[in-house]
Amino acid sequence: MFLPLDQAIGDLLNDGDSVAFEGFTHLIPFAAGQETIRQGKRNLELIRMTPDLIYDQLIGAGCARRLVFSYGGNPGVGSLHRFRDAIEHDWPAPLELEEHSHAGMVNRYVAGAAGLPFAVLRGYAGTDLPQHVEVAEIECPFTGERLSAVPAIRPDLTVIHAQQADRRGNVQLWGIPGVQKEAVLAADRSLVTVEELVDEIELKPGGVVIPHWAVTAISHVPGGAQPSYTDGYTTRNNDFYREWDEISRDRDRFLRWLAAEGLADKAEVAR
Amino acid sequence: MSAFDPAELMTVAAARELRDGQSVLVGVGRPSHAAILAKRTHSPGLILVYESGTIDTDPENIPLSIGDPELAATSVSTVSLPDIFNYWLQPGRIDAGFLGAAQIDRHGNLNTTVIGGYDHPKVRLPGAGGAPEIARSCSEIVVTLPHSKRTFVEGLDFTTSLCRGEGGSMAVVTDLAVLRTSDRHDELELTETFPGVSVEDVLEATSWELKVAPEVSTVAEPSDRELEVLRSLGSKPKAVR
Repeated sequence: MFLPLDQAIGDLLNDGDSVAFEGFTHLIPFAAGQETIRQGKRNLELIRMTPDLIYDQLIGAGCARRLVFSYGGNPGVGSLHRFRDAIEHDWPAPLELEEHSHAGMVNRYVAGAAGLPFAVLRGYAGTDLPQHVEVAEIECPFTGERLSAVPAIRPDLTVIHAQQADRRGNVQLWGIPGVQKEAVLAADRSLVTVEELVDEIELKPGGVVIPHWAVTAISHVPGGAQPSYTDGYTTRNNDFYREWDEISRDRDRFLRWLAAEGLADKAEVAR
Repeated sequence: MSAFDPAELMTVAAARELRDGQSVLVGVGRPSHAAILAKRTHSPGLILVYESGTIDTDPENIPLSIGDPELAATSVSTVSLPDIFNYWLQPGRIDAGFLGAAQIDRHGNLNTTVIGGYDHPKVRLPGAGGAPEIARSCSEIVVTLPHSKRTFVEGLDFTTSLCRGEGGSMAVVTDLAVLRTSDRHDELELTETFPGVSVEDVLEATSWELKVAPEVSTVAEPSDRELEVLRSLGSKPKAVR
């Protein structure tokens, strides 16, 4: 179960797969995302509440066919320019959208983790969202209240980043926990990149432990959440989030960044 | 009284909408500035909640993202996303919510999704995020956005969030005025203008025939204390035009 990152992405992620790289602002698995670009994966269905920079990079590099999401902005900075360019101008390829609200996405993961076909929530009624995604109005069998049903998410692969794994492969994350536990349990396969390998997990306040038999593979990738952060290990690189606005605004500048990082060259993006 | 710009008064006026002891769902940008300003001036007991799951947080510095490390480090409780949306927001446990928008209509409905058509939009905006559920679950909504015919439109290009309407209240704070929901009808009405701004100015910057309250008052200028605290927060929200 312990694999180098390149082998883990190579083995667990196939062209055409649906894949969720989760982590809500905190613990975003950037290193795994960039390894996906490096390996030139194609036609992915990318699932994530907040595409953030990690999917802006994957979309701009031509890895995505479809995006399932609920908020596509650069937090506190502005637009995700590669995301916008794909939707507004089909560059480098058209991007199909499946767009929900945060509460809808959260509950879709919960249903996936629970092995249920759908989740129920109040919301969506009166908005234009149901015209573009699968949302059904249902009636509560006990009270008659009208509610919204959203289909479960079941990714082929979920990738997350965490603080620690122990020798047996139990994983612990703490700080803002987001929806990672649910995303892992909803998926067919899972990969966890970790900051540190420890002999045995010591439970932290607010710690979320995912038992080893719910995890497919673990890669030791210190700093693997940068430029987001790992509580207790690394700090958020807010300057890079601001700089990304400039890097991503222009196609050529973005392509130069991809090449400089050794992720892809121009010909690969266009293919 | 110190000199100030309309962007600062907008933040100050939004902060004044919050009351001590309330819980408020905050986003980054102007909402964070306004909520932290309120907590450090008139409402020290204000409970700040960010949708990343940080409950009752008290950051020293203005966060860039809603999940900045400091929010978790200073929170009373940090919970998962299913917790924050299902147990805290949906049942109405958070009193007030802050929202922004690219477009607003006469009822207070908001667009944060697209300008133009959905499939090939002229401008693709970030989308819904937590806004639709905040709009329907919090009983008091504060919206901040710049005031122009481009933002105050007759018909939204996309309805992302529906104004709660019945039973709830909404205050819309712009760089010209404050608009509020009213018991008299189901539309926003102009209740306060910024100093030096006339009712005419506000009507001209609105695409629909804006309803005007029987009495329109003037928003008080920021006090020295409000300006001092606001400016100490640094990285001020960008000018609105």
